[in-house]
Amino acid sequence: MPDASPRKLVEVRNLKMHFPITSGILRRHAGDVKAVDGVSFDIFEGETLGLVGESGCGKSTVGRALLRLYEATSGSVVIDGVDIARLGQKELRRIRPKMQMVFQDPQASLNPRMTVAAIIGEPLAEHTGLRGNARLARIHELMDQVGLNRAFANRFPHAFSGGQRQRIGIARALALNPRFIVCDEPIAALDVSIQAQVVNLLEDLQDRLGLTYLFISHDLSMVRHIADRVAVMYLGQIAELSPRDALYANPLHPYARALLSAVPEPDPTLESSRRRIILAGDVPSPANPPKGCNFCTRCPQAQPVCHDVKPPLLEVTPGRHVACHFVPPITAAAGSTGGPEASERNRQGEDR
Amino acid sequence: MPDGAEPVLDVRGLKTVFRTREGDVHAVNSVSFHLRPGELLGVVGESGSGKSVTMMSLIGLLPSPPAQVQAGQVLLDGKDILHVGNTQLQSIRGARIGFIFQDPMTSLNPVFTVGNQIMEPLRRHMGLTKAQAQARAAELLDLVGIPDAKKRLSGYPHQFSGGMRQRVMIAMALACDPRVLIADEPTTALDVTIQAQILELVRDLRRKLGMAIIWITHDLGVIAGIADRVMVMYAGQVVEQAPVKELFTRPRHPYTRALLKTIPRLGGPRGDRLQVIEGQPPILMAAPAACPFAPRCAHAFGRCLHENPQRRPVGLGHDVACHWAAGETAGEIHA
Ligand SMILES: Nc1ncnc2c1ncn2[C@@H]1O[C@H](COP(=O)(O)OP(=O)(O)OP(=O)(O)O)[C@@H](O)[C@H]1O
Ligand SMILES: Nc1ncnc2c1ncn2[C@@H]1O[C@H](COP(=O)(O)OP(=O)(O)OP(=O)(O)O)[C@@H](O)[C@H]1O
Ligand code: SF4
Ligand code: SF4
Ligand SMILES: [Mg+2]
Ligand SMILES: [Mg+2]
Repeated sequence: MPDASPRKLVEVRNLKMHFPITSGILRRHAGDVKAVDGVSFDIFEGETLGLVGESGCGKSTVGRALLRLYEATSGSVVIDGVDIARLGQKELRRIRPKMQMVFQDPQASLNPRMTVAAIIGEPLAEHTGLRGNARLARIHELMDQVGLNRAFANRFPHAFSGGQRQRIGIARALALNPRFIVCDEPIAALDVSIQAQVVNLLEDLQDRLGLTYLFISHDLSMVRHIADRVAVMYLGQIAELSPRDALYANPLHPYARALLSAVPEPDPTLESSRRRIILAGDVPSPANPPKGCNFCTRCPQAQPVCHDVKPPLLEVTPGRHVACHFVPPITAAAGSTGGPEASERNRQGEDR
Repeated sequence: MPDGAEPVLDVRGLKTVFRTREGDVHAVNSVSFHLRPGELLGVVGESGSGKSVTMMSLIGLLPSPPAQVQAGQVLLDGKDILHVGNTQLQSIRGARIGFIFQDPMTSLNPVFTVGNQIMEPLRRHMGLTKAQAQARAAELLDLVGIPDAKKRLSGYPHQFSGGMRQRVMIAMALACDPRVLIADEPTTALDVTIQAQILELVRDLRRKLGMAIIWITHDLGVIAGIADRVMVMYAGQVVEQAPVKELFTRPRHPYTRALLKTIPRLGGPRGDRLQVIEGQPPILMAAPAACPFAPRCAHAFGRCLHENPQRRPVGLGHDVACHWAAGETAGEIHA
């Protein structure tokens, strides 16, 4: 964790990203996929915020909206004091080098007609004065850092294995020494040793240059290793946002509990004796989320009120935010006057 | 062959080379393995070790040029499929071998709806009518945990999340109840709960249909949970093969040992740097004449530098290609 009063680098408030659903040949507007539906969080300078949750819950969409690769439906994203949503194209281009993204789908994000050297060198050509040999030297340096053999610099993306392609994307994202990187499943296609190499690299850069990461991953063991705090998303919303150790030791939200219980153990003996919380029921569609708590259709603890009233994301104990009616604020003895009003004030995202 | 049952798939001495401007890349070097009905073979190995290329070679999916399968036999139910014609191969691929690609976007066509793409093989290989295919496609999407499956059929790939695309691929591969399923990193984009659901589905299909499965993954947790046997690849070769428990408790090859040491446990705190295997894998511009792991191996000795070790048995169903691990006692094995 950074020191006592860390600076907020990223402030996300009530972010919504809805994709219109059209139907028929006339492409009539038939509803919205509420991929991200009112998400608020901060990322402090120099920290890594992990973002986890079921496939399709909106993680990549959050990441893309943050860097304005999508135009958000509503809400605000302030990065380093600048409201990203309001920037014009020119200003956006100027600050682009500071924020980068490692994409989930390497195939889709690498131009098949460019060599690896050209792909990694493109941002250098566009945003720096590096030319010729100096640029090549930087390209080689980046390739070394992500464990790609320099001898492959003139190959095209198709000549690489899945994991090698993912590393090309990482090298490219690192090229301009960004301050903030959204890493969308950056290590998913890598074997454990190279995963470790990339994660060590990300951590080194963070220590050296004070980088800030949003680390999207479904690999809960790796998130535990790299993240300072972790946000657990469910169906377009944040269910719990807690410091890493607190979350893993004692997840408070019922969904976070189920999610953590499902982590497989890399040991066949332990693996066969482990107890998972298997969630009943199907994941609801983000086009038609349940009324009340969005987890109510699958929550083992659901009560009638959950089907009616949406629980707000409240700070239930310092630093821990949970959206569940049955995880009441744990007020310390001194602060016992702070009933509902206190939690109201602590509601992350609605306090400004 | 130990263990009774005839293999559904028997791969012998497979060798694949890419002819590139810089020279030949020897991506797969004499790979042999087999798969019995209902069995799940896990395949692990360093990034770039040839896992994907091996599997794509054996069902003729690599574009040639630059790829060239130079040697080997691939027997599906006893019949060689490496040298059959293109049309025959296509029907084998659609109906008898299901394939889940590592990168969903390479095999999903962006201009067709997801429904169309799942229905196509159903109509072609199973002879279903449009309505039947549509119903089956929705059922398949539902099986892989995509909410609102029926409505989702009319969506295009870019409207699906990374993990959903991966599940569409899984649905497509399972569509025709194949004899053999080859799954290349099929759950990398999936969270643990959906992964658990897919693994359950796979167990079910093995039980019900006796489907045999090759599961490539770098997730050793998944391997521990579902594999019967594990094959470890390095530099285009199989360096170790063993029943799953045996591999985790008594790994023999120095690469396998190093690999098992690199796994971060749920308990591992930050601050500890993660273990890595130092050094880089070799560039395979020639078929290896020495042990390809030697430059990174703590146990390497003279012989390793001038003789590429053969696979030798070291236990029941357990073999290893390492001069040091196999010792002098064991005899050579073939396949
Ligand atoms: N068209 C090509 N031309 C040249 N080399 C290639 C080509 N395609 C693949 N290769 C090389 O073949 C080797 C094996 O690649 P393969 O995709 O099988 O690796 P993998 O084991 O699946 O790795 P990963 O875990 O990263 O997916 C890699 O070193 C790759 O660079
Ligand atoms: N361009 C789009 N048009 C319509 N719907 C979309 C679009 N992009 C994403 N969605 C939908 O929004 C939801 C969230 O998608 P997103 O890619 O953010 O999920 P994710 O959490 O990253 O999932 P995964 O772990 O599978 O990558 C999904 O239901 C997806 O189908
Ligand atoms: S509010 Fe109700 S349904 Fe939602 S997580 Fe809490 S107990 Fe479960
Ligand atoms: S053969 Fe030699 S170099 Fe290769 S893994 Fe064994 S001991 Fe190491
Ligand atoms: Mg995603
Ligand atoms: Mg691969």
